[in-house]
Amino acid sequence: MTLFDAFSGAASSLSGPLPDPSADAGWSAEHPKRVGFFTDTSVCIGCKACEVACKEWNLVPDDGTDASDLYRLTGMSYDNTGDLGASTWRHVAFIEDVRPHGTATTGHMPSGLPALGGSLPRDAASAPPDGGTVDLLALLPDTGAHGQQTPDDERDVRWLMSSDVCKHCTHAGCLDVCPTGALFRTEFGTVVVQDDICNGCGYCVPSCPYGVIDVRESDGGAHKCTLCYDRLGEGLEPACAKACPTNSIQFGDLDELQAAADARLAELHGRGVEEARLYGRDPDDGVGGDGAFFLLLDEPEVYGLPPDPIVTTRDLPEMWRNAALTALGLGAAAVAAFFTGGRR
Amino acid sequence: MAEAHPVGFQWVMEAKARGATVIHVDPRFTRTSAVADLHVPFRAGADIAFLGGLINYVLTEGKDFREYVTAFTNAAELVGEDFADADVEGVFSGYNAETGRYDPISWQMDGAYEAPAAGQRDHWEPELREEHAAFTSDTAGGVGDQAYAPSDPERDDTLQHPRCVYQVLKRHYARYTPEAVSRVCGMGVEQFLAVARAITENSGRERTTAWVYSVGWTHHTVGAQYIRAASILQTLLGNMGRPGGGILALRGHASIQGSTDIPTLYDLLPGYIPMPNAHLHEDLQSFLDADAAKTGFWGHMDAYLVSLLKAWWGDAATPENDFAFDYLPRLTGNHGTYGIVRDQIDRKTFGYFLVGENPAVGHANGKMQRLGMANLDWLVVRDMQMIESASFWKDGPEIETGELRTEDIGTEVFFLPCANHTEKSGTFTNTQRLLQWRREAVHPPGDARSELHFYFHLGKKIREKLAGSTDDRDRPLLDLTWDYPTFGVHEEPDPQSVLAEINGFDADGNHLASYTQMKADGTTSGGCWIYTGVFKDGVNQADRRTPGAEQTWVAPEWGWAWPANRRTLYNRASADADGKPWSERKAYVWWDEESGSWTGHDIPDFEATKAPSYRPPEGATVEDALSGTDAFIMQANGKAWLYAPTGLADGPMPTHYEPVESPVANLLHDQQDNPAREDIDRAWNRLNPAMSETYPYVFLTYRLTEHHTAGGMSRFLGYLSELQPEFFCEVSPALARERNLEHLGYATLISARTAIEARVLVTERMKPLRIGDQRIHQIGLPYHWGSNGLSVGDPANDLLGVVMDPNVHIQESKVATCDIQPGRRPRGPALLEFVESYRRKAGVEPGGIT
Amino acid sequence: MTDANPAEMPERFRGRGRGGNREELQVPEAEFRSYYGRPIIKAPVWKNPDVPLYLFLGGLAGSSSVLAAMARATGRPTLRRAGRLGAAAGAVGGTVFLVHDLHRPRRFLHMLRVFKPTSPLSVGTWILSPFATFAAATAATEVTGWFRRTGDVTGVAAAVVGPALATYTAVLFSNTAVPTWHEAHRHLPILFGSSAAAAGGGFGLVFSSVRDNEPAARLAIAGAATELAIDEKMQRDLGMLADVYCKGRAKTLMRASKTCLVAGALGALVGRRRRWSAALSGLALMAGSALTRFGVFDAGIASANDPAHIVVPQRERIRQRQASTETATTPPDRTFA
Repeated sequence: MTLFDAFSGAASSLSGPLPDPSADAGWSAEHPKRVGFFTDTSVCIGCKACEVACKEWNLVPDDGTDASDLYRLTGMSYDNTGDLGASTWRHVAFIEDVRPHGTATTGHMPSGLPALGGSLPRDAASAPPDGGTVDLLALLPDTGAHGQQTPDDERDVRWLMSSDVCKHCTHAGCLDVCPTGALFRTEFGTVVVQDDICNGCGYCVPSCPYGVIDVRESDGGAHKCTLCYDRLGEGLEPACAKACPTNSIQFGDLDELQAAADARLAELHGRGVEEARLYGRDPDDGVGGDGAFFLLLDEPEVYGLPPDPIVTTRDLPEMWRNAALTALGLGAAAVAAFFTGGRR
Repeated sequence: MAEAHPVGFQWVMEAKARGATVIHVDPRFTRTSAVADLHVPFRAGADIAFLGGLINYVLTEGKDFREYVTAFTNAAELVGEDFADADVEGVFSGYNAETGRYDPISWQMDGAYEAPAAGQRDHWEPELREEHAAFTSDTAGGVGDQAYAPSDPERDDTLQHPRCVYQVLKRHYARYTPEAVSRVCGMGVEQFLAVARAITENSGRERTTAWVYSVGWTHHTVGAQYIRAASILQTLLGNMGRPGGGILALRGHASIQGSTDIPTLYDLLPGYIPMPNAHLHEDLQSFLDADAAKTGFWGHMDAYLVSLLKAWWGDAATPENDFAFDYLPRLTGNHGTYGIVRDQIDRKTFGYFLVGENPAVGHANGKMQRLGMANLDWLVVRDMQMIESASFWKDGPEIETGELRTEDIGTEVFFLPCANHTEKSGTFTNTQRLLQWRREAVHPPGDARSELHFYFHLGKKIREKLAGSTDDRDRPLLDLTWDYPTFGVHEEPDPQSVLAEINGFDADGNHLASYTQMKADGTTSGGCWIYTGVFKDGVNQADRRTPGAEQTWVAPEWGWAWPANRRTLYNRASADADGKPWSERKAYVWWDEESGSWTGHDIPDFEATKAPSYRPPEGATVEDALSGTDAFIMQANGKAWLYAPTGLADGPMPTHYEPVESPVANLLHDQQDNPAREDIDRAWNRLNPAMSETYPYVFLTYRLTEHHTAGGMSRFLGYLSELQPEFFCEVSPALARERNLEHLGYATLISARTAIEARVLVTERMKPLRIGDQRIHQIGLPYHWGSNGLSVGDPANDLLGVVMDPNVHIQESKVATCDIQPGRRPRGPALLEFVESYRRKAGVEPGGIT
Repeated sequence: MTDANPAEMPERFRGRGRGGNREELQVPEAEFRSYYGRPIIKAPVWKNPDVPLYLFLGGLAGSSSVLAAMARATGRPTLRRAGRLGAAAGAVGGTVFLVHDLHRPRRFLHMLRVFKPTSPLSVGTWILSPFATFAAATAATEVTGWFRRTGDVTGVAAAVVGPALATYTAVLFSNTAVPTWHEAHRHLPILFGSSAAAAGGGFGLVFSSVRDNEPAARLAIAGAATELAIDEKMQRDLGMLADVYCKGRAKTLMRASKTCLVAGALGALVGRRRRWSAALSGLALMAGSALTRFGVFDAGIASANDPAHIVVPQRERIRQRQASTETATTPPDRTFA
């Protein structure tokens, strides 16, 4: 990226819908269509093939800092990698969702089987407020979490799995704040770190509203999903999508994925899976829509996703204004300190 | 299936996307349950009660597919008058309490002896064998049994005769009511009925239902009967030989099907030809004579066997020397894996090859396995990693407890690195009998070599050492056709040449196109008759990769399926008795009157021009003895057996027996557990008493997606180890409260064999069950761990004892009992005393390694 | 329902705060759902004390440079000297800490590959670099006595850039997804600017003569007062996000900061004319300024690690948006509640 490009990038919009982020970043009109992921968590079986395929292809090291940390259970269901990070570019979340018997929503029961357990009347008193779920860890001691009010064998369990990944935001906070130009917008509309440029300043880390990018302690560089930039260049789909056995991870042109996702959502809603929703699909959201978006079966925060992310640079012009005014004020105050009351 | 076979599970998800209903019946809520339409939790080891309940539902509600049942099964045939059902007592006629075995003669059909197409081979005692010589001849060989020409048994096509199979079956399962199933299995009556309704409504002319199982069904003392129960259900519902139907076995790992077809099993030759017995089969003629008269396609066993002998010994196999039949080894008893290990401990067996196998972790009763290996002269371990079975002599659990001392172990261990599946070419045969060729992607590292390389060069070296020997015992080795072309600096044998040999050649050296070309006169060769055709026209048919979109939906041009590239076995049953498809929707193979032949989407598993109206003339043999409606062509009588008059060691109809280690009494029959099961009564194999208060909890072992079997391919890899880094047990919150188990804390699990420790995962996915008046807790134990590798832990299989199914000598490892206590297990000799104290408390005889 | 108690979080994740921050995560009273109580965003990986010290030194340098230039103009030689040295020391020290904070410090110069207005760190680099150059040059002339005229020019140049150096760091912090920082983006510039005033003034009090130190005292007092006021307002406006200032180490640091600022300001007010009390007051003011930076830093870490800080305000935002667009049709993918 040349200095000129950087300046032209600086002119790019900071928030709101943006049909073509690549062009906004200065790519010529002939650049390829924007690509992305649609991760349909309703068909995820939690096999973690995406995590392994990603690491294999991208030569990402084992997660964790040392062996004692590496090979320890987290106790978070079958999730032992915890979250996305410098050395986990795909992360499968496991949520054990417990509800009193008969109150389970229709998550995976769309095919017209008779409702089961009809002998147990639904007890409104024992139903959790706002149909919520219980965190397994919270259940362990008798903490009075709502699930405890029904005996073990009268609670239904739902096991949600979801493969998380960098969202490749339309307005990417990480890219905006990168001071070296290491992070850049590719011709495919994705956001990639150039490892040979990154100096490990770490600014991208807290600037990501999703907590995706992180600095790897072993090499000091910031790392995240590249959407397999190298594979895209060769006309291949990213490793995770290739490895996904159930097509939970779908790769393709973003507009086609969005259409497919809308159709899938309509299908699920048609089957009575009311809790199905798309996440990151909306170009009007706080990051201008995600290049990698999801179909979820519960609220985003249950999966560790922010419910309403906003790119931090949306407010940057105001921040600069405030800082500039304050700087003037500070200067003025310092100057004034010499004149107020005169010299003794 | 999603847990252990995630790649294959894509097709389940595909079916679901097209509207299929997925029901998961499993003691645990697994990744499969997570995406199933319905998960039915139940008690491990209660499957026959469940399946029997479904059979009862089908029969009492009249939900069977009657036209199918009358056309293709033995439902109308009459059972002999001597047969007495298990009934309340739970034991069939013919049981000898002294030997613990059945004499199946009383199970026979009325007026006919019927023979099994496969199955139990050794269950005729020598004296019984003599007694029933008129009926049976090649009993030890088993398959030869079809040789006996059946006169047609008495039948009642109205299915009303009290002794007709249909009525016998109905009476047998009458006790398996929904309420009884609910009590035995711990599932709700409504839940059971939901499944029953779902599968019956989804079967018939327009729809078919498939069952998928894996070792959760087979690793039991009644494992073979589990499969039989599913077979009966699927046959009653008309779900066999039809698209979307069947009973699909998920094998433990890639190409286990292949290693059954060309077997690593002690009692089979390639293509399911029985291994000859040392005393019954003095020569080829007596082996084949056992097949006095032959019906069905097994009638050509002489051609299959002679071709096999020609493939192995070539010119040295001549009519004069019985085609080298004497070169074949002979059976002298049960040489199954646990029998072998018992013999190792008894110093009867001295050498052992472990090839991609880690019994110290992966087999039941690890102590028994390690003890066996410690008593050998030599042990060859071929693996990719330094597995526990190669290092037990220095760091095994028995070294820690002081039961074994390294300096006392005389076993010489040879560890040889091997190539993995991406580092060598060859075939995988999957559960659908589909052979798929794979190519070497990278060369194996360092000294690692393929198995083909190892055995070929081992054979060459042995032959070099024996060269010039005049000892007759060396002839089988010296006369082998051992001339595969090699390539590369390491002289890797060409695997395609092996596949071509398996396919077979005619007298002119042309590749055979079909097993029907095989001859018994020694003019053809072929290493495995069912694989003949895989090298048809000199083309590696298994290497075909026509994309699905470029061919029909049956995809005949992807790989190659045995036999004869048929994708669905017995597919004659996809058409009615007259040869018409049962429905347009389920049309698969049908009779085309105009051309006078069978046609359809798949290759018909039937003689191409045998009309549905064909009826065999008197005295017909082999396939000519099968009528135009005898779809099950490998059966001597061409019928699917709802009732199995022979072939099984533990009864003609599946009956619910409790697991040997069960916390509850058998609520369906007086007989607690399988009366014909096989035991190994040794101090190192003590069993927990049934209904023991000392060992009150059920545990079951299983695999996780993230690891592979005994861990040799996963625990040594960082990318996989970090995904499931530690050995854990899964318990319900209720059990955690009952035993003060802390989430992520340690727990010690104790059986009469040993005690192990695991981290605790408290999860709502484990549910306590109500069985009768009892509340039963089940504990889940993934069995991948051992002491070596990046991710280490105690082996779950150490907790298991060995008690076996009498048909296939498979251990009951999917259900047993234990106790669980918070905290870590004792170390060193204290562990032995700890386990012994439990045994004392439970009234079990002292254990140990002596 | 409440979320998992973090005390029951697996050890592996407990106290995993970055930069040596070890305090336990806290969950507020508000009810919300999360993934095992785990953080949603990543806490900054910036090092402690490098970055808080950089903020402090940058502020000190920025305000000192103005004091120095004004002292030069108004003929206060000791304040001029103190300001020039303070500006240079702060700039050079700050640069050292900034470079040290990089995980690949050898690539510091990569910062100068581009100029990106969207990156406060890029802008800051382009502020710091000329400022440090000017300040160092000015200090060099001050110490050596050479090129005094040039030093006066560079001193003015530094003074022009200086206030920006003092306040841009507020944008650096608030232009992140860290809720307690981002939501304070109207307060942080004033907080940091006033903190810089207190630091620079305090430095002047310590190192200039009693005769010259009055502007420094005034600036410091004004800075301290503004800082105390804006901190109060910030915490009130932050609402639930302010809880991170009320617990753990951030609470201790902020309380200590207030104490120092009050003491320093009072000392400057009444004790400016005695050298020792002026110096003590200056030290207290500088300490107060530094402690504020450490406190804000820690509060940000705690905020980032608290999923409630993400979920609760964002949920509230959604609720308000839906309430305000009651009649509008909800986009299909936004049917959250």
